[in-house]
Amino acid sequence: MKIKLKIWRQESASHKGGFVFYDLDGVSQEMSFLEMLDYLNTTLILRGEQPVAFEHDCREGICGSCSLFINGRPHGPASGTTTCELRMTKFKDGATIVVEPWRSRAFPVIRDLIVDRSALDAIMRAGGFVSANAGAAPEANSIPVPRAHADEAIDAAACIGCGACIAACPNASAMLFVSAKVSQLTLLPQGQPEARERVRRMVAKADELGFASCANMGACEAECPKGIKIAHIARLNREFLKAAF
Amino acid sequence: MSTLNARIPGGPLADKWANHKNSVRLVSPANRTKLDIIMVGSGLAGSAAASTLGELGYNVKVFCFQDSPRRAHSVAAQGGINAAKNYKNDGDSVYRLFYDVIKGGDYRAREANVYRAAEVSNQTIDQMVAAGVPFAREYSGYLDNRSFGGVQVSRTFYAKGLTGQQCLLGAYAGLIRQAAKGKVTMYPRRDVLEIVVVDGQARGIIARNLVTGALERHSAHAVVLATGGYGTIYYLSTLALGSNATAAWAAHRKGAFFGNPSFVQIHPTSLPQLNDYQSKLTLMSESLRNDGRIWVPKQKGDKRHPNDIPEDERDYYLERRYPAFGNLVPRDVASRAAKERCDAGYGVGKTGLSVYLDFRGSIEKQGKKSIEGKYGNLFEMYRKLTGSDPYQEPMRIYPAGHYTMGGLWVDYDLMTTVPGLFAIGESNFSDHGANRLGAGSLMQCSGDGYFILPVTIGDYLSDKIKVPRLATDGAEFAAAEKDARDKLDRLMAVNGKQTVTSFHKRLGKMMWDDCGMVRSEAGLNRALGAIADLKDEFWREVRVPGRQDQVNQELEKAVKVADFLELGQLMCRDALARKESCGAHFREESQTPEGEAKRIDSEYAHVAAWEYQGEGTEHVLHKEPLVFENVAIKERSYK
Repeated sequence: MKIKLKIWRQESASHKGGFVFYDLDGVSQEMSFLEMLDYLNTTLILRGEQPVAFEHDCREGICGSCSLFINGRPHGPASGTTTCELRMTKFKDGATIVVEPWRSRAFPVIRDLIVDRSALDAIMRAGGFVSANAGAAPEANSIPVPRAHADEAIDAAACIGCGACIAACPNASAMLFVSAKVSQLTLLPQGQPEARERVRRMVAKADELGFASCANMGACEAECPKGIKIAHIARLNREFLKAAF
Repeated sequence: MSTLNARIPGGPLADKWANHKNSVRLVSPANRTKLDIIMVGSGLAGSAAASTLGELGYNVKVFCFQDSPRRAHSVAAQGGINAAKNYKNDGDSVYRLFYDVIKGGDYRAREANVYRAAEVSNQTIDQMVAAGVPFAREYSGYLDNRSFGGVQVSRTFYAKGLTGQQCLLGAYAGLIRQAAKGKVTMYPRRDVLEIVVVDGQARGIIARNLVTGALERHSAHAVVLATGGYGTIYYLSTLALGSNATAAWAAHRKGAFFGNPSFVQIHPTSLPQLNDYQSKLTLMSESLRNDGRIWVPKQKGDKRHPNDIPEDERDYYLERRYPAFGNLVPRDVASRAAKERCDAGYGVGKTGLSVYLDFRGSIEKQGKKSIEGKYGNLFEMYRKLTGSDPYQEPMRIYPAGHYTMGGLWVDYDLMTTVPGLFAIGESNFSDHGANRLGAGSLMQCSGDGYFILPVTIGDYLSDKIKVPRLATDGAEFAAAEKDARDKLDRLMAVNGKQTVTSFHKRLGKMMWDDCGMVRSEAGLNRALGAIADLKDEFWREVRVPGRQDQVNQELEKAVKVADFLELGQLMCRDALARKESCGAHFREESQTPEGEAKRIDSEYAHVAAWEYQGEGTEHVLHKEPLVFENVAIKERSYK
């Protein structure tokens, strides 16, 4: 099939970017979305042009490297799907597809569709861990965890740190990302001794980095490729209040 | 010339590690702060090691090519992590785990290393649980285990199908905690192009900043490679596309021997290749073989829908050939059996290159909910990628390049043949012999990182406490940077007419056809000639657009493929030299009358360690004899 691509091109953080149109013939519905971009890049390279830079690695929806706003939605039109899992069957012959980097002041563009997401590591650094040195751990089964808590914890822990929640949020709030980690470690007994300190520090770091607060719009939950629930934000708020007193 | 001394401690097998820990030299807490360590790679091995070394007080610099250490490909491991806890009371023990790994590896691994890996596995689970890794639980709240290929006990800890992600994020949490304390400094978006050796010791690296293109010099008292495997050499594999052998190959060129490079695991349960555009083969966890049955139609070219093929017209070929282990035979056996059926014309799907993995019986017996609980996210992933619903019809699977048992040769201390240069996790050759058992990779990576390297590197560093930090303006750093720059300049200068990826695809096909699941002398010789020609063509015809001083993903790929064109030849040479079948390495010339792999212990019970002799000169083969004092070498039978 034949498609029209409207892609954000930007040489570097210090250059001004803009949209460039590409007509791409010979696209197959059997391609994944990123294989379609591979195909575009091959065409560009052979024409002597610069290929489009975009981030990807595992191509199976788990590493969180891929990003992209596709037709205005983080990770494109399919729900519960990362960009790398998106197939071209979702698009029709003749379609125009708009591809942009994460559009958020939290994520400055590095080149073309690649953005800087180091703010997410900075938030985690503020407290997204249990302070357990190697060697100090007790026998694993001495810490029983009710199965319901374990199941809920892993649902939260499934966050891949892609940043779609922040890119989707009109406020660029990082609450879903923060709450996923806080929720996981709140549900587990291992995380308890540091629970108050953790939530206080992670929220403070997010504030410091300029992420706004949550206005309950729910765009993050709708766009999260891993189905992380907004209910975790409610838990985060409870934990934050508890930590304040 | 370096010599090969594995430095295995004396004493009974079960006491070696304890004795070694009691005899290694120590570095006092106050002195550790004077010592710097470079960690290349931030996967489970690298993150676990870096965080632990930071906790101990060393200064650690961690380099990774991703934008965050959390994205390293350990994240994609699905099924689980083994440990000898014996929580299921089914007779498991450290010895049995050790024995299974030795046997699974077809008696081509070092006893002492494997025993130690089994020994520290329990501590690893304790550590991960303490760090908040949400492993699956029983209703009692205690940890659940499941069984995995190649063994007859349940010793695998898991977190849905996300075990690798959860283990990695646990290690990553430890890493960033040390980063917050200033003990670890992160250098993401860096590709390590050269290892710097000063006075015979590894003292630094040259890294390319993938954003600015700048070549950066970093020095330390020791360098650790935790760079993972090189399965992407097949182009289509289950690995992340960014995985490369660049740092490991740089180490090899600087004197680190490469161990068993041809030992590559072809994973039996991947999604099949569907078309020529495909860039990736997605793994479906081996754990699916617990409840899924593998079959092909008994009748050649049967085009009926699988659900319309009655039970007695299905060939459950693994259960037929291997009644004792059935669908849970080790990976190499399952992969070859699938290839055998497909080559014989019984394969299914458009290409005839796939077999069915069927859950109908298990869904009927256990209920959909139970199957969903165990494999829900895998079924969902399959549905997304193929449009077919595994609750309704069988999955289609085919083998894919997956894990490299081969890697940098290391001694018992995980040190390569270059003093001060260590290799941990998948990047070393050590623990899995000729074939890795399922859920053994996370076990080894975490054991190396949390509990083994932190001890052994201390021994090496103990006499370096008076060695001052090395300035990076010396001749060795300048020479290494020049080597890196020259290579990049050469790649950019070719300015030919073919893309990097087109070369990678062709190399991958050559490797898959002749150095994949089945190897033969004729095939390997053919591949050697073809790869040599391809390498010449690459350096004449490749096109790398753009500039060096910017983000240039084509240049990153070109560096990777240039290395693979050399590594591919070494893999073929290694496979050619090993005229036996063992584990994942199946030589056509060496099989039993029933078509099973035939080992030749009298000639090949050794590790093949290859020494680099310079570009264009043949490698020299060194052999480390493998001595089995604690297990009787047997034919590996799963019948």
